[in-house]
Amino acid sequence: MPSIDHQQRAAGRALLLTGRRHTDGILMFWNRAIETIRPEELADLQLKRLKWTFRQAQEVELYQRKFREAGVSLDDIRTLDDVERLPFTYKSELQAGYPFGLFAVPLRKIVRIHTTSGTTGKPTVVGYTRKDLDNWSELVARNMTMIGLGEDDIFQNAVNYGLFTGGLGLHYGAEKIGMTVIPSATGNTRRQIEMIEDFGVTAIHCTPSYALHLSEVAESMGKTLDTLQVGIFGAEPWSENMRAELERRLDLKAYDSYGLSEMYGPGVAFECAERSGLHLWHDCYLAEIIDPATGERLAPGERGELVITPLVKEALPLIRYRTGDVTRLIEGDCICGRGQRLERITGRSDDMLVIRGVNVFPSQIEHVLRSLPEVGEQFMVYVDRTRHLDEMTIEVEMTRVGFSGELQDLTRIQRQIAGELHNTLGLRTMVKLVEPGSLPRFEGKARRVIDRRGDL
Amino acid sequence: MEKSYIIKQISIFSENRPGRLAAIAGALRDAKINIFAFSIAEANGFGVVRALVDRPEDAHRTLTDLGFRVSFTEVIGIKMRDEPGGLSDIASILGDTGINIEYAYAYSGKGGAILIVRVDQVEGAVRQILDRGGELLKASLFR
Repeated sequence: MPSIDHQQRAAGRALLLTGRRHTDGILMFWNRAIETIRPEELADLQLKRLKWTFRQAQEVELYQRKFREAGVSLDDIRTLDDVERLPFTYKSELQAGYPFGLFAVPLRKIVRIHTTSGTTGKPTVVGYTRKDLDNWSELVARNMTMIGLGEDDIFQNAVNYGLFTGGLGLHYGAEKIGMTVIPSATGNTRRQIEMIEDFGVTAIHCTPSYALHLSEVAESMGKTLDTLQVGIFGAEPWSENMRAELERRLDLKAYDSYGLSEMYGPGVAFECAERSGLHLWHDCYLAEIIDPATGERLAPGERGELVITPLVKEALPLIRYRTGDVTRLIEGDCICGRGQRLERITGRSDDMLVIRGVNVFPSQIEHVLRSLPEVGEQFMVYVDRTRHLDEMTIEVEMTRVGFSGELQDLTRIQRQIAGELHNTLGLRTMVKLVEPGSLPRFEGKARRVIDRRGDL
Repeated sequence: MEKSYIIKQISIFSENRPGRLAAIAGALRDAKINIFAFSIAEANGFGVVRALVDRPEDAHRTLTDLGFRVSFTEVIGIKMRDEPGGLSDIASILGDTGINIEYAYAYSGKGGAILIVRVDQVEGAVRQILDRGGELLKASLFR
């Protein structure tokens, strides 16, 4: 029902100056009116759409039961804060509804199905009506225009094109703004590199770990990939150090893209040229930050789990969905004029490892390793339980610069890494140095943690 | 002149797991590189394979191309009497002149016994050994 599309695109396009240059501070909008909507107008729109979403959710058996158990009805939603009276939705509930149990429309209105990778259990099935697909493309179009992409760009979409939402999701958004789209998908890295060269690709979308792999292979092929200017990276957490490394190795500007299949896919939030937080599309997503343990809403600016109520989803309406992503809402305005930003995701509440009672996010380990020139960017974490004690072993690849030939230098590097990890994590770890190229490279979501503790 | 006795040892970083030595040795075999002497030093899950080979530059290139981390280390090869007291003589010279041995390994073959040492002052060690009538392997053996 809700249309979020291009009411005032012309106003946005009018700002598109000639002599286009990426990220040189020219403000470009796909849908200026909605992207820069005033807070009070936004609140009205959100409330109207929240009520619509509540009604849409009432079409789903799960929500009929949940609303009944929570004792809430549509009349209880008078202000935006009333969303707190509504029950949370968990991923496990979506999985339990497999395959189509959570659809609010008949299957003949569903025009596409995606599923999540199923890394955390049974796959989750998401469905889209035609309107949903339009909405999704609109959001991706906003994101891409925001970073200066448009008709003059050649875009290589180097992610999985199947059930993973990153492929088709960005594809249609990119076509919508008129980019020349190359649906290269994943694999055959040398061919990917040849295409970048031969087609003069200016923008690429892939996972950050694949981008690193791409840069390594390009280096070994003696290719510099000079036409690349913009990298859109997402689907896994990545650090600022990783950004610096990707930008140095590929000589491009790297942007963080956030999304999840349950909220259409990528496009939910995205960095603008400022790259100090991700702009969430508040007209489509109502965001809350909660304490994952208590479910209580946190004070403004505090870091916790992101909970989203999508406001325009027809096929799969969700109420207070627990994303499991850890972030915070950034106080203060962005100079680009768009709405409130999310901090870059710092971890998953369910990826979080608890080692001897200490909370550890794999992104923290990555951050430490990237600050040490002697070791490479790849790592694996193994967690074991030895004599009732958790042991974390981290395998790290040596680099070219890191080997003097002397054993004592290696043990010194090993101790240094363990020391830095101890400082950051507050935890003693076992560090193993391994040969370059021996650790797995990931083309989809990186799975760097192997927990071998079994059932506790 | 001391330089002509300083030998390039190749040092190879290796994980401590089955098959790694076979991979290194196989690569040297394929490149027809002969190994005079070698040792493995181990520490906490990884090791360094050290070897004296007939063509150190070729060995370095071959192994690096295969993705190994390789570096050169300067060592000297001291000839020993292959009878009781041979090692003692050499070790005494180094000890008496205040030269510290970081590590050493040895082989004994038909050409006699050789002690390969990595010392903290390599040129000083060469001078002291020669001054006291010792014999050293020529670096020209390893090209």
